[in-house]
Formats: sequence, C-alpha cells, structure tokens
Amino acid sequence: MPVTNVSHDLDALTLIIQAEFAAPVERIWGIYADARQLEKVWGPPTYPATFVDHELTPGAKCNYFMTSPEGEKFAGYWLITDVDEPGKTFSFDDGFCDLDFVPNPDMPVSKNVFTFTEVDGTTKATYHGTYASAEGLQQVLDMGVVEGASSAINQIDALIAA
Amino acid sequence: MDNEANQQAEDAADAMFHALADRTRRDILRRVLTGEHSVSTLAASYDMSFAAVQKHVAVLERSGLLVKRRSGREQLASGDLEAVRSVRSMLLELEDIWRGRISRIDELIGMPVDPNT
Repeated sequence: MPVTNVSHDLDALTLIIQAEFAAPVERIWGIYADARQLEKVWGPPTYPATFVDHELTPGAKCNYFMTSPEGEKFAGYWLITDVDEPGKTFSFDDGFCDLDFVPNPDMPVSKNVFTFTEVDGTTKATYHGTYASAEGLQQVLDMGVVEGASSAINQIDALIAA
Repeated sequence: MDNEANQQAEDAADAMFHALADRTRRDILRRVLTGEHSVSTLAASYDMSFAAVQKHVAVLERSGLLVKRRSGREQLASGDLEAVRSVRSMLLELEDIWRGRISRIDELIGMPVDPNT
C-alpha cells in the first residue's frame, strides 16, 4: 500500500495522510499540474471528475464537477492559495459550488496543504487537510457519500485484507 | 431515511458538534471516558464555578456524549464511548476518501504518460 502513515486530530479536525509513490517527485507534481491527469485521481471511477478551469498558480480558481452514474453533476472548486514549485508544495481551499461555479457559502471549505519530497527516486507525499468545524466535516462526508466514495473504500478495504 | 428521521439525525449531530466545540467540554469528556467522575470532583479540576462546570456537563449530556446518574447526594458522570466513536468515524470516513485518491495516483503512475494529454 502506498499509504505509509495516517494521523487524526479530533480536536483540530485535521487529517494527515502520508504516502509513498514509486515515481520521481516531478511525475507526481505533474499530476496536480495537469487537469487531465488530476481528474483521473480526484473522483472515484463511478463519479469521474472533470476540471473545467485549472491552473496551479496562486490566486487561481480551479473549477470542477463530478458526474454520477445517473448523469447528475456536483460542482466544486479549488482556490489555490500558495504554490512553491521548487519546494514542491501547494495549498488550496477546497469548497463546493453551483453548476455555474459560484461558491456555495453554506457549504464548508477545507484548507489543504500538499507537500512532495523526493527520496532516492521515489516520492514521499504529505496530505494535510483541516476543517473549521465538525459540522463542516460532516457535510463534506455527506457529499462524499453522494460521490459514491464508500464503494471505492470497500474495494480498497478488500485489497488491504487480501 | 425519511425527512423527519433525517432531521432528527441532523439535530443530534448539531448537538454533538456544539458540545465538542469547547475546550473545557472536550477535557471533561476525556476525563469521564476514562471512568465515572462525580460532578463535584470535575468542578474541582477547573478554575471556574461549580455552576459553570455543571453547565458544561449538561451540554455534554444533551449531546448524548455523556450520561449522568444519581448516587445519594452525588451526580456521577461517565462518557458514552459509542457516541464518541462516531466523531472518530467521520475522520476515518474522510481518510477512506483520501486512500481512494492515493491508490488512483498509484495506478496512474504505473501507466505510461500519454503525450497527447
């Protein structure tokens, strides 16, 4: 499994996941810098993501939607707050919006910091996500269920158990 | 779930998160999860009035995270592990979404890069 460490902070509503990928850091960074690759990993296969706008530069708003098996669309955005390309780290706010990509102020926004470090040709990735409130986290999970993430989870669980 | 049941679940979640949004209440909860404490013992642990601590205990009780019983003149409080686990389970659920993304990255880097994309 590429996931090497997970830590939950119940008080700070923070999830930190570390993973190792068998590829150089430029390759992993390239996934986030390229909308066509990013959409392959962001949504589960049953709810594919489509990035309509995407630029990995500070201040850019990357708009995307996910499509349900019934064809229903759910839209979200990343507001890129910081990019350090030489240091291979970037930060963004992840939120929900309507299908015209107007952010929905009633939905929570998570603050995320992704950092990638190369070690002997492999990449150590640290994903750091924080929610302002537990209500917000619950809402995101309600959306996660909408995304059909649970089915993907069960497949991964089966893999781990095998 | 019908709308009414859904509304009740939402109300219960609101009460739980309101209860956990306070540092003192989280601290009280940590103590009572390790075992039963009398409200007066809890009150002695904080630099605030007995009434203030009692209020915090009441908020935790309404959220279902803490249960109280009476023993003689004492009120004894203990934490409800099941209710607490559901908060933990939310972070676990989020973790699962992330594990899905990470495993898709792993799959993607195993494939040759398409120069047309």
